Amino acid sequence: MKKLVKGNIALCDGALDAGLKAYFGYPITPQTEIPEYLAKKMVEQNKVFVQAESEIAAANMVLGAVATGVRAMTSSASPGISLKQEAISYMAALELPAVVVNVQRGGPGLGNIAGSQSDYFQAVKGGGHGDYKILVLAPNSVQEMYEMGYDSFDLSQKYRIPVMILSDGIIGQMMEPVEYNRQAKADFPAQDWALTGCAGRQPRSLKSLLMKEGILEQHNLVLQKKYKLIMQEEVKYENFMTEDASIIVAAFGISSRVAKSAVKEARTAGIKAGLLRPKTLFPFPYEVIASLAKPNVKFLTVELNHGQMVEDVRLAVNGKCSVDFLGRAGGAVIGEQEVIDKIKSMRG
Amino acid sequence: MQNEIVIAGFGGQGVILAGALIAQGALEQGMFTTCFPSYGAEMRGGTANTTVIVSEEEIGSPVSARPNILISLNEPSFERFMPKIADNSIVIANSSMIPETSKYPIKPYFIAATDIADKEIGNVKSANFVAVGALIKILNVISLENIFKACEKAFQKKPNLIDINKKALQAGFNFIKNIAGANKK
Repeated sequence: MKKLVKGNIALCDGALDAGLKAYFGYPITPQTEIPEYLAKKMVEQNKVFVQAESEIAAANMVLGAVATGVRAMTSSASPGISLKQEAISYMAALELPAVVVNVQRGGPGLGNIAGSQSDYFQAVKGGGHGDYKILVLAPNSVQEMYEMGYDSFDLSQKYRIPVMILSDGIIGQMMEPVEYNRQAKADFPAQDWALTGCAGRQPRSLKSLLMKEGILEQHNLVLQKKYKLIMQEEVKYENFMTEDASIIVAAFGISSRVAKSAVKEARTAGIKAGLLRPKTLFPFPYEVIASLAKPNVKFLTVELNHGQMVEDVRLAVNGKCSVDFLGRAGGAVIGEQEVIDKIKSMRG
Repeated sequence: MQNEIVIAGFGGQGVILAGALIAQGALEQGMFTTCFPSYGAEMRGGTANTTVIVSEEEIGSPVSARPNILISLNEPSFERFMPKIADNSIVIANSSMIPETSKYPIKPYFIAATDIADKEIGNVKSANFVAVGALIKILNVISLENIFKACEKAFQKKPNLIDINKKALQAGFNFIKNIAGANKK
């Protein structure tokens, strides 16, 4: 039978089932249940839990841990994630498989503690310096908090890339029935790049300072090749009633739930509406959106921010049809009725 | 039909637990449910509220713009949420703490949940469950049996509290049953 679980806790259980070996964090609402829960669980299971002195320290501790080949994670909410960006850029450069969770709250600045989606740009376009990408997953339910909490580790290891789970205060705080449908893992093959002590073998090194002429350019090309592969292989999305739709709502995370209710309601009112929900924000489902963009179709992007993912929707649509936007930020939540009203107004 | 329930009171009245109980009851009933608590700045003595949605279908937003059910355990929460609920809402008001002279068009079910919990059940902290028991009877969507099951799960780690809270649920349930019975006569 399904269990009633809070989003933040389901995420932890997913990470634990995936073989999380070390967690480093620092408390901040609305993600504090994650370090709170793991403080107990990790110790019980004889694993590593550190409440670091700061978010910066926690992210760099993750860097150190994953460099040894173990599965490690840090989590925070928006302002804390800003502090972790330096380490994320370094881990991207070092091709390290780390998991970083952002349970987004209202911003900018210290903002407030309500759920928000204002960190899309930061997550997807690179919040740190340099030409890098990280895989970004956007759960929209407690079930997906569990599943993505689990899958993120396999993905990060497969591509040697940091993975961010871009959640929000509402998904993190809400309880919903969840089914723990993944196999618990504990043993992993040795990684041929991991720093595990070089007794009996050639020493290895992980460096992001690449000063010799041409080396850094080569390294960037290697990274770009990997990102291209990820864009080919890992795009995930939910496609709901878009086939015959004349109005397609694009939304991720919490706002996709509101959007889906509105789409259903619009359908009962005789409006041909549909929903396209990216589950991966990088890689973004450009191709499927491009294929849905036809002259008789109108797109509407709904987000809890003032227009971030809408820019990627516009890139995908590439002028083939109109792209409208509906958003609220600062911790405000869009209601179903607002989306329905917008859809109706677009019908013309 | 989607029921959007707000439970509100002061911190320490068990608002969050009552919400989780209803959600667990809905799960036992085989329904879709979400439970979204207010979080952060609340503390004992401050206000707290939680939103539970119970539905036969997949649920969109766990946040309710216009709840159709209110369980209010104290006066400040009653004043805060009465203007926000839908017409024809079900309102359960804890008359141990809320005067029975409502100025609002919706007529609440007044039930002295705190007094019943204190005097009949012998545990003042069970007032929240008295109110939930009343809702279970009025709503007639989650069975008493399933809310009992939920109660057993809620107190898995404190089994000595299961029986007393079942009694509280039953007392609230019976209170409404008796009103309905009296009205029929």
